[in-house]
Amino acid sequence: MLRSIRSEALKVVTTRAWWILAIVLFGYIALFAGGMAALFGTISDQADALGPGSSIPPLVYSFATSVGYVFPLLFGALATTTEFRHQTLTPTFLATPRRGEVLGSKVIVGAAWGAIFGVVGIVATVGVGGLILALVGVDPLLDSTDTWALLGRMVLAMALWGVIGVGLGVLVPNQVASIVIVLAFTQFVEPTLRIAAAFWEWSAEVGRFLPGAASDALVGSSFFTSLSAGGGANLLEWWQGGLVLAGYAVVFIVSGALTTWRRDVT
Amino acid sequence: MTGAVIEIQGLTKRFGRTTAVDDLTFRVEPGVVTGFLGPNGAGKTTTLRALLGLVRATSGTASFDGRSYTELGDPLRTVGTALEAASFHPGRSGRDHLRVAAAAAGIPTGRADEVIEWVGLGSAARRRVGGYSLGMRQRLGLAFALLGDPGVLVLDEPINGLDPEGIRWIRGFLRSLAAEGRTVLVSSHLLSEVQQTVDRVVIISRGRLVYQGTLDGLESGPGRVRVDAADRAALADAVTAAGGSIELAHDGLHVSGLDAEAVGRAALAAGVVLSLLVPEKEGLEDVFLELVGEGGIR
Ligand SMILES: Nc1ncnc2c1ncn2[C@@H]1O[C@H](COP(=O)(O)OP(=O)(O)OP(=O)(O)O)[C@@H](O)[C@H]1O
Ligand SMILES: [Mg+2]
Repeated sequence: MLRSIRSEALKVVTTRAWWILAIVLFGYIALFAGGMAALFGTISDQADALGPGSSIPPLVYSFATSVGYVFPLLFGALATTTEFRHQTLTPTFLATPRRGEVLGSKVIVGAAWGAIFGVVGIVATVGVGGLILALVGVDPLLDSTDTWALLGRMVLAMALWGVIGVGLGVLVPNQVASIVIVLAFTQFVEPTLRIAAAFWEWSAEVGRFLPGAASDALVGSSFFTSLSAGGGANLLEWWQGGLVLAGYAVVFIVSGALTTWRRDVT
Repeated sequence: MTGAVIEIQGLTKRFGRTTAVDDLTFRVEPGVVTGFLGPNGAGKTTTLRALLGLVRATSGTASFDGRSYTELGDPLRTVGTALEAASFHPGRSGRDHLRVAAAAAGIPTGRADEVIEWVGLGSAARRRVGGYSLGMRQRLGLAFALLGDPGVLVLDEPINGLDPEGIRWIRGFLRSLAAEGRTVLVSSHLLSEVQQTVDRVVIISRGRLVYQGTLDGLESGPGRVRVDAADRAALADAVTAAGGSIELAHDGLHVSGLDAEAVGRAALAAGVVLSLLVPEKEGLEDVFLELVGEGGIR
């Protein structure tokens, strides 16, 4: 298993996708966090408008996940679909014929790179966002254990998103289809569903279990939930959110393992 | 080194309604180069993929010394494989492709550098595979097969896309691998391509075995005699009178039904002066085509 994990990790670092994604993630998140830090910082008098108990630094920091989760997801999906697309499953399975072992290694490597993306995102939000907060006179709260716990949960969430991506890639091996699903779901379908779900009591109950909502619950702070009606009140507990997110990962991985992963490689 | 015996037993593979491989049974012994022949779509690649655990057989078994590929503890060190249309990530360098496989098999990176040098890709090793030519990819596929210094080599159309120098090199190389006691199985759809290299052949057509044995055994088709004379009409009369049948060709008369001596005797009796008398074995390629004759792409 260790060999297989090393091989999977080597596959990642010998192609360009991961650092291109990491650079885009950094730039995108830094821009978001920096811009929002500047905006919120200057209007901090009205910060209460964002909901009771919400303070600005966690909001800014959590952009790394609330906006950035699409990157580990995309990364995981690319890591698996690329094997189907370029038919590299042939050499992969020749070297490691026990396919479950290969998939297990992909999950571990997907989680590891998700965590790396989490760290990159945090460097962007805390580095750039935190710096700007400090400059406009808002305490970036970097000496608070709560902040560090938040950052830890963010890394965990990103790792889980990496695994979900791997699972999606196994379930939908067509690379284009997988990318379209990731982008459409994260950028349009889920945000719309979450807004719509907030209208009724019963749908809000269900909406908490959407993957993005679960992820925000796990992290415990999100710009989007602060804006929507009722704020974070609609979210699950952080550990519940983590379990729901992990549940998605398990369902995707297992159903992929039982279908496309067992197919003939021709 | 002694390679494992490859044993295919009652192998059948159906893709939907297409039967790609149909109750196929054959053995491949170590120490010789075995050619695996058949026209396009005969089921060669499917057979090899089933042997390697990439395709699940509908029924039957395929094994190396009795163990299926997935049961091999150290597959790349036991069996080296280069499949047709070898598949590489275009953004990864040739060397990295081998390093990825070496890591999975616990083979040191130095070995990757060694084999890539062997196959003549040393100078392109760090370039992305996307920029490789067909022949270069073929060589990289071969390097992948050699990575684990395996006792068994399974090569699907390894000669495709190689230049004449590369073809000569690979032929010699395969023979030397077999001489070391390894099991070497090489597929091709052209008998002439492997004729000088292989000792034994397994020929399939439409997924079924049509011949298994030595090349010499394949050659023992009914012969014919090529004969010619200035006075072809007199020669033709003499041969027909002696019981031969004639086909007129640009290079003389092709006589079947008589051996060379009988043709000479008939000409002598009729007083015809021969300008040519050649006993010919039926061409290997003809025998091959005859065997797979009713084949063709399904
Ligand atoms: N994945 C697949 N799905 C459906 N049919 C397939 C698949 N793979 C192969 N076949 C069919 O199986 C038959 C055998 O194909 P195969 O590739 O094994 O032939 P081959 O002997 O390797 O031919 P070639 O000399 O062209 O490489 C063909 O009729 C082909 O169409
Ligand atoms: Mg083939």
